[in-house]
Amino acid sequence: MTTFEPGPGRAAGAQEDLYAGSSETTEGRVFTVTGQDWDSITEGLAEGDEERVVVNMGPQHPSTHGVLRLILELDGETVSEARCGIGYLHTGIEKNMEYRTWVQGTTFCTRMDYLAPFFNEATYSLGVERLLGIEDDIPEKATVMRVLLMELNRISSHLVAIATGGMELGALTVMTIGFRERELVLDLFELITGLRMNHAFIRPGGVAQDLPPGALEEIGSFVALMRKRLPEIEALCNANPIFKARLEGIGTLDLEGCLALGLTGPPLRATGYPWDLRKTQPYCGYETYDFDVQTWDTADSYGRFRVRVNEMHESLKIVEQAAERLAGLEGAPVMVADKKIAWPSQLSIGSDGMGNSLDHIRHIMGESMEGLIHHFKLVTEGFRVPAGQAYVPIESPRGELGAHVVSDGGTRPFRAHFRDPSFTNLQATSVMAEGGMIADVIVAIASIDPVMGGVDR
Amino acid sequence: MTPPDGERPTGPDAAGQPAVEQSPENLPAPPGQVSSRGVRTGMFGAKGTGDTSGYGGLVAPVVFPAPTGRPFGGWFDEVADALLDHLAGLDGGHEHALGAVVVDRGEITFHVRREDLLQVARALRDDPRLRFELCSSVSGVHYPDDTGRELHAVHHLLSMTYNRRIRLEVGVPDSDPRLPSVVAVYPTADWHEREAFDMFGLVFEGHPALTRILMPDDWPGHPQRKDYPLGGIPVEYKGGTVPPPDQRRSYT
Repeated sequence: MTTFEPGPGRAAGAQEDLYAGSSETTEGRVFTVTGQDWDSITEGLAEGDEERVVVNMGPQHPSTHGVLRLILELDGETVSEARCGIGYLHTGIEKNMEYRTWVQGTTFCTRMDYLAPFFNEATYSLGVERLLGIEDDIPEKATVMRVLLMELNRISSHLVAIATGGMELGALTVMTIGFRERELVLDLFELITGLRMNHAFIRPGGVAQDLPPGALEEIGSFVALMRKRLPEIEALCNANPIFKARLEGIGTLDLEGCLALGLTGPPLRATGYPWDLRKTQPYCGYETYDFDVQTWDTADSYGRFRVRVNEMHESLKIVEQAAERLAGLEGAPVMVADKKIAWPSQLSIGSDGMGNSLDHIRHIMGESMEGLIHHFKLVTEGFRVPAGQAYVPIESPRGELGAHVVSDGGTRPFRAHFRDPSFTNLQATSVMAEGGMIADVIVAIASIDPVMGGVDR
Repeated sequence: MTPPDGERPTGPDAAGQPAVEQSPENLPAPPGQVSSRGVRTGMFGAKGTGDTSGYGGLVAPVVFPAPTGRPFGGWFDEVADALLDHLAGLDGGHEHALGAVVVDRGEITFHVRREDLLQVARALRDDPRLRFELCSSVSGVHYPDDTGRELHAVHHLLSMTYNRRIRLEVGVPDSDPRLPSVVAVYPTADWHEREAFDMFGLVFEGHPALTRILMPDDWPGHPQRKDYPLGGIPVEYKGGTVPPPDQRRSYT
């Protein structure tokens, strides 16, 4: 925890404490803590007559789930007021997307919520496809692959949520187990897309390339392994008295609170309300998969944890069904048939790594003038999208994720705005934290599971 | 830029044209089915004397989907009817308040006057026939060529009771970018409105603390407006120089 104020009022040589210097500002006395020496602070507090202490926690703090800054007003160890400071990871992705083609947009938006990249790509692609009017033309295999990747991603994202949440409590084993299993999912991503994150794999019109050989076997053995390992996490945490004591009744937010503050995802389902866009407003053919919406009725951090664990089991079910369908779709197209939209190049592994397949180069250079024109036009100029706006939300691991995409008929997004669930859910910090202990702030925020890349975009 | 009176173009442009039989897909849209917001000139991004493309004189309107007439179809009419009941007592009558309704690609957009926004939002949330409990997002869009309504605030609302989604759009002039805040109705709009203020300079009146949220407090300007430069530096690579993205050739 640091009390940090680089204000101009720093009195030169007021106190030569290397680790906890203090200064006088218009706001009162400010201590800067960088080490473990709190002596000068306790002394300083004893001198003053003011009870109110404002503590700045973050943005560089291991327990704030990323570069989140918390401004906490404390009365002893009780939090009387809590506010969030965000924006430390703002990279202007939305603005940047306005200067790239529609397909290049996926390369940017995949970096927003970096723990759930496929969801960013999927909601953006679905929005662009609605604008293009090709929603019904997406090949079945592409849709099934999207579902497969999204559900694998849901597992990896929930694993990180539980792992980092555990780590912030001091439960280091939860962290090591969570990251160990997540690594298995990332290996699958690497096999299928070539990358562990920032894939840009789901694109307007379909997905970037077909499944590599052997992928379905790997997925099968992953599902079998996770069926054994998920119960391990449950056995470690579900009834663990310390874990329960830290989580139960902490960060409570009931259904009315969730709706007023716009919370969706696990916090909403932990109130017992089974709202899951995969069921209520199905996209990508989710209505054809057999799975259940997981709820809990305690509306607290423990409930959110249990919802996440149970959702991983449901995701495994969906992954299994998707893999089954893919086994029957070998060789089917994964990109829309319209040559004026479909990304032309096909990738393959060459002697110098992955690149354009030689067959494709031979085709455009030696066989088809039209193919060459399409390739050139789509890669340099991109396709035009009819003017209008669309919003196709999906259920990301953290809640409703939607892209408001606006086109003016050009080859670039006129505006792309992402409704990120982390951004919206983080607003509940004050409500969840105020009146509780300072240690419970950590738990409450971990139970929201904000990803700052998505919050700040 | 809308074709006048829905007829085929007449006047000097059309006079010298040979009479070509037009396919049904290639007819100009009838009036009232398009709304123009600005024009696009040329092609391939080349400007001025450097333009050897031959398309420099091309002028094409930027055409957005235009207001839809009744019936809107499906549950859209139910929502519109219920909303009109609430707006009947408003200044200028409800026709004015619900001036434009756009049904496009299966989504419905209600264009609302800013003075009515709060009442509309309240009706949408509280009426048992509407029940839009959740405000998904508030985002800004800058249309520099939509004269008099340059800045748009777009609210996405969700009714969990009826499983419906609608969009509210409020256009305000750049010179007076004020509109009421809906935080009193939807507390979740707090950060969304702060972001729209930060990025577009939309001033949400009645917001409890309308401050910047993503950019530093002392940041000049509103970065996502179209007239705000993207920024960037040229990058040298193997003797060549790649200009920053906003100075590269654009094809729009």
